[in-house]
Amino acid sequence: MSFVLVQVIVGGLLLGAVYALFSSGLTLVWGMMNIVNFAHGDFVMLGMYVAYVVYTLMGGGPILGAPLATLVLATVGVVVYFALIRDIMKGPMLAQILGTFGLALLLRYSVFWWFGANFLSMPQDIVGGTYAFAGLRIEASRLLAGVVALLVTLGLHLLLTRTSLGSKMLAVAEDQTAAQLMGIRPDTMQAIAWAIAAGATGLAGALVANFFYIVPTVGETLSIVAFVTVSLGGFGSVPGALVAGLLIGVIESLSGYLIGAVYKDIVVYVLFLFFLWFRPQGLMGKM
Amino acid sequence: MTLKHVTGLLCAAAMSLVLAAGARAEDKVVKIGVIMPMSGGTASIGAHAKAAIEVAMDIINNPHPELGNLPSAKNAGLAGLGGAKIEAVFADNQGNPATGQNQALRLITEDKVAAVFGSYQSGVTLTSSAIAEKYGIPFLNSESVAANLTERGFKWFFRTTPIATDFARIYVDFLADMKATGAKTDAIALVHDNTEYGTSVANTISAAFKEKGQPVALDVAYPVNATDVQGQVLQLKDKKPDVIIMISYTSDAILFAKTMQSLDYKPAILLADDAGYSDPSFIKAVGKISQGVFNRSSWVVGPPGSASAVIADMYKKKSGEEMDDTVARQMQGFFVLADAIDRAGSTDPAKVQAALKATDLKADQLMIGYKGVKFDDKGQNILASGAIIQLQDGENYVSVWPKANAEKPPALPYKGW
Repeated sequence: MSFVLVQVIVGGLLLGAVYALFSSGLTLVWGMMNIVNFAHGDFVMLGMYVAYVVYTLMGGGPILGAPLATLVLATVGVVVYFALIRDIMKGPMLAQILGTFGLALLLRYSVFWWFGANFLSMPQDIVGGTYAFAGLRIEASRLLAGVVALLVTLGLHLLLTRTSLGSKMLAVAEDQTAAQLMGIRPDTMQAIAWAIAAGATGLAGALVANFFYIVPTVGETLSIVAFVTVSLGGFGSVPGALVAGLLIGVIESLSGYLIGAVYKDIVVYVLFLFFLWFRPQGLMGKM
Repeated sequence: MTLKHVTGLLCAAAMSLVLAAGARAEDKVVKIGVIMPMSGGTASIGAHAKAAIEVAMDIINNPHPELGNLPSAKNAGLAGLGGAKIEAVFADNQGNPATGQNQALRLITEDKVAAVFGSYQSGVTLTSSAIAEKYGIPFLNSESVAANLTERGFKWFFRTTPIATDFARIYVDFLADMKATGAKTDAIALVHDNTEYGTSVANTISAAFKEKGQPVALDVAYPVNATDVQGQVLQLKDKKPDVIIMISYTSDAILFAKTMQSLDYKPAILLADDAGYSDPSFIKAVGKISQGVFNRSSWVVGPPGSASAVIADMYKKKSGEEMDDTVARQMQGFFVLADAIDRAGSTDPAKVQAALKATDLKADQLMIGYKGVKFDDKGQNILASGAIIQLQDGENYVSVWPKANAEKPPALPYKGW
């Protein structure tokens, strides 16, 4: 195997880890509440802007920007839950779709109004440049995002499967009335789920900002991948999103390099539809 | 003639009277529809264009004797229409051809604009100008370079900018000159997105090089607004072309610059076809890692006090940005349209069309470096021209070619970061 091919695969894995990172929040909300959050991409965008503001105002790198973005977005998640989601959940499916879609536009154009439409970028060397070994080149910022993606996925998985908080959240997801009878408050659990999901998304944004451009409409570009990742991985499955993200990243990279970039989406989506044909619940989803 | 026909004619006559009366009542203001990407991935372009048009309106509607020979600057408003003011009605095309088409329809049928101006992306200009053609309303385009736009036999479409074929010729000559000074320019790679702009410009450039007996060695197409371009950069790194010509909008241009740095790849010559590389936010975001990129431009700031320098200052005050080639071409186009309406002395579409056809502006009546403005039968400005500029310090472009009006000699090879 040639060196270039190894580089392509490594690049694909790192890209896939990032896809997984910004999909984990979406899959959590989807799995917990059966809500498709169309504002998800714009949560990523907000995370990017928080990181950018932290950098320009305080000169802080990802060590300061990432936790702050997580915190800010977790707060946004809770506010959004109580102000919007709690009410539209009672409405028809269409209200849920349009509600989060409206939120997406509100967030996008608020940032647009405040920051303007210009493209912004973090300085290239904010996360220690690029590592080179044996001809392979790995960007530190992508590596960091990849490692955090693994940790976040692991953390969320453990939280859901090994803690009482996780059990309570899953209980609410399974049967709200029964959970309520057991003394679990669905409202609180779902607000926590939104805080975690939005927080993880903000963290993803802050890390992606280190190697991507920042613009109010960036959520549009990134959110389609997130939706595909989540449905391929299985609705609500955090480890599924990780595997799916890595898979999509590698397939995209390989087909982009070997066949041509304009065809890579065709390859990804044909495989995606073909897969869902046999396994509509996704890789690790439950029927 | 049946009764039905007579009634029809009478109705038409009555309607035209009403319309004429309406036109007279509104003579104080001449509305021009401006279709730009105000949202979506190229919204930064739309924001800059809006600021530029507002400055142009200020210059047209208020007396600006300091601007010398620039038509419509001297007096307030349009003299030919009794001092009527120009008013731009902005419409957002979202960077989407279908939306651009709807907006053209709305501007023409509801806002009753005298002319339409726009629409940045060649693909959007293609659809929106078709509506103006259908309704018989003049459409002026100042920045879309896809060659086919003026090959459709349209009667109402006018374009002031140099187009892909002009630039392809400039690139061929420029690279031949570079070769004469010892640079290697044999293997050329084209990198472009899959939009109307990207594909048509790539085709035009590759045809021009083929004609010169130097077929393009590598053609790398990618989907617009890409999430990742590592594969494409690795492809280039693998094939090692001497020259890369980039045909990209801002988002992808930034991503390519970042990815080329992280994969440590630089070609000897990186030549950009305007678009993203002229966006001031490209320079702010990745200028420092794109040092030495060549670009095309028709805009050169003149000496202090010259019309172009004064306008550049006005634009900077308005927008907070440096004037770039794209907004300069847009402003120039808007001036040409205003001048034609002024000379027509009316907002009657046929008269404006005739005035546009009769346009004959000399270089000293322009704010940009064209040799003049004069349209051929297809509506294309035959005196449009351009030069090669280079981002030598990563902050400001300087003109480097042709030698006659170069500020500095071209610096080779591409430095990057």
